[in-house]
Amino acid sequence: MSHTIPLHYFLIVSTLMFFTGVAGFIIRRNLITILMSVELMLNSVNINFVAFNRYLYPDQMQGHFFTLFIVAIAAAEAAVAIALIINIYRKFNSIEVDHVDEMKY
Amino acid sequence: MSLEQIMFTLFAVMIMVFSILTIASRRILRAATFLLFVLLSTAGLYFWLNYEFLAGVQVALYAGGIVVLIIFSILLTHHINHRFDKPALGNLIAGIGVAVLGSALAISTLLSFDFGTKATEAIPVDVNAIGKQLVSTEHNGYALPFEVISILLLAALIGAIVVARKEDVTETESK
Repeated sequence: MSHTIPLHYFLIVSTLMFFTGVAGFIIRRNLITILMSVELMLNSVNINFVAFNRYLYPDQMQGHFFTLFIVAIAAAEAAVAIALIINIYRKFNSIEVDHVDEMKY
Repeated sequence: MSLEQIMFTLFAVMIMVFSILTIASRRILRAATFLLFVLLSTAGLYFWLNYEFLAGVQVALYAGGIVVLIIFSILLTHHINHRFDKPALGNLIAGIGVAVLGSALAISTLLSFDFGTKATEAIPVDVNAIGKQLVSTEHNGYALPFEVISILLLAALIGAIVVARKEDVTETESK
């Protein structure tokens, strides 16, 4: 397995995915799209953890468990973020970042 | 080219193409669908690396949970044919510039570094081994993070309910 694909290929894929997420975070002005960009970034980090675990330390499971915990935290984060987004939509009737600029209502 | 290489190339190309489409698509529902494809290809990479349990978790939690949640919130907050305005030019330049510079820096750094592969014997990562290590308090056990994350999930559950709950009618009238 590891002789067919070097570790660097995984790292390049996850780097490109991470910076796509960063670009989406900066370019998009919509809260849900920003949330999706954050999910992309979290996911690329997971690929790194898993690839390092399999290639460098196949006798341990640290990367595997960290990925498991990150997936759980991402799910919790998405639930809270979407609750916040729906609440913002109720107050401002829009979830574009440019329209949500008052702290007081 | 062996089958393994073909599968890896397929998943890698799918991840890259669909993650760019996720942020480039101007219809938000399509963006969510492309995100689903990215997450499924990532699960494919986990299968490729022989982490079957992790791939199952990825499909069930990410593709089954988070994407469905995102699609629900899109349907609650947008008209189904909603199209975004074109992004501001300054944002576009800043975003693409940061992405290109950052990825060039990161890739050039990691290509110049030699990760020595160790000749250790791989252990089988089956559900039995995962479960035992997850709740073990011995060396390399993950009992404490497991408990912490269960508290965190409970807190997120309560927090989501409190945030999204409708305000009291009497409370809004008095304002």
